[in-house]
Amino acid sequence: MARGRILLNRQARGVTLQADGSLLLDNGNPLLDEPQWLAPVSGTVYGAALNHRSLTESLAAAFEDAPYKAAPRAPVLFIKTSNTQIGHGAAIPFPAGVARIQAGGALGVVIGKQARKVSAAEALQYVEGYTVVNEVSLPEDSFYRPAVKAKCRDGFCPIGPWLVPADGIAPETLEVETYVNGVLRETNRCADLLRSVPQLIADVSAFMTLQPGDLLIAGTPLRSVNLQPADVVTVAIAGIGRLENPVLAEEAAR
Amino acid sequence: MKHARIRYQGQVHHVLVNDDHSVTVAGQRLAADAVEWLPPAQGTVFALGLNYADHAAELAFKAPTEPLVFLKSPSTLTGHNAVSVRPDNVTYMHYECELVVIIGKTARNVSRAQAMDYVAGYSVCNDYAVRDFLENYYRPNLRVKNRDTLTPIGPWWVDKADVADPANLTLRTWVNGKLTQEGNTSDMVFDIPFLIEYLSSFMTLSPGDMIATGTPEGLADVVPGDEVVVEVEGVGRLVNRIVSEAEYEASGNRS
Repeated sequence: MARGRILLNRQARGVTLQADGSLLLDNGNPLLDEPQWLAPVSGTVYGAALNHRSLTESLAAAFEDAPYKAAPRAPVLFIKTSNTQIGHGAAIPFPAGVARIQAGGALGVVIGKQARKVSAAEALQYVEGYTVVNEVSLPEDSFYRPAVKAKCRDGFCPIGPWLVPADGIAPETLEVETYVNGVLRETNRCADLLRSVPQLIADVSAFMTLQPGDLLIAGTPLRSVNLQPADVVTVAIAGIGRLENPVLAEEAAR
Repeated sequence: MKHARIRYQGQVHHVLVNDDHSVTVAGQRLAADAVEWLPPAQGTVFALGLNYADHAAELAFKAPTEPLVFLKSPSTLTGHNAVSVRPDNVTYMHYECELVVIIGKTARNVSRAQAMDYVAGYSVCNDYAVRDFLENYYRPNLRVKNRDTLTPIGPWWVDKADVADPANLTLRTWVNGKLTQEGNTSDMVFDIPFLIEYLSSFMTLSPGDMIATGTPEGLADVVPGDEVVVEVEGVGRLVNRIVSEAEYEASGNRS
């Protein structure tokens, strides 16, 4: 059963999705109105950059030149800070003074038990479930320095609507679709991840412990979807969920 | 006043620290070495690279024209008197003594002139790096800077009012009692008000967020068995010991 987090009477509450599509509160009562969703994570949100073939193939030649000088060896990670994390339905603020922002439809992998130096073969045992992520970013013209300014803007990481238990889900079979105003703009396949989900967990947990509630963004493709104020952006993964968020000019989004 | 988070008999407590560095929990006075010191705050951790001109030169870099900011996650943080793991088969792991700014209230689009109003206080961190793992992607990458146990922070944070001039504090590091690093916060390339203005210009800072403001020159390799002490004048003295992977795994003492 998918589980989510909502805000009800200014309190964070757990909800479970029922087979008929209705929602039950954590106290067993039905939820009648469309809730205000929160991101279904409690820990750190890490992203794996340069982990999708569409992107790395386009950059293969550049990797050999300055400033990179060699293709990446270890996972290239970034952190989406807590100010970026919003739920399904919340507005993505389009920052004042910025020319372009881009959607980043991706699979979110939520850790269920502490993962430290785990092997790829065992890694999926540490996954609690999957969710949908829109890893919004300013365009990146370089990957040399940490992308805090591009990626850590308020509201730049919608996650949700909920977390679907991992049982029976093969992450490499999933496809991530990104729509703007209802029009399909991008499809990317998790089969095209350079490091598969289990390999990514293994390579990250080799040097850094993943805690229950942490989320790994498995990888965004070559950025192709620009967003404008008043757009509605939807990231959908069949069997996981549809994450929909309006884009609002920064002042209006507050 | 000094504010700390400690663990005692399995429970985490937010405490004030007495002048003799003891803490009082439920009316009981506990000596400094009777408690486990935890990182004193729990927000987002920002860290600055190349924020002292002498250190930038030491690493053969020009000082940056815009702050070089990277992020740390809770998994790398430890407290005072904890151990840090030197990975096997690496050639260069160094300490970095840093002044840490603790944010006290929500900050967005804060001007330089108002920035200090958003500071709750200060702490100390040792922002270890394993240079063998540097790559030219999101440099410095998490494998260098966000490894388990490699960011001791604390022992406490002190109120802003208790630090007369954060822009004139001596930073010092001792390895096994020998002074190896000495600098002054007056040599920061981007000072505290600038950093708060800069970060809050594009994102919201929240109470408990921490900004590790960078380190001056004087880096040196550390190896298992070394005791590393970093101190910021008037803020705190943070003690840490380097262990090998084997010793760490055998200790069963992992968080």
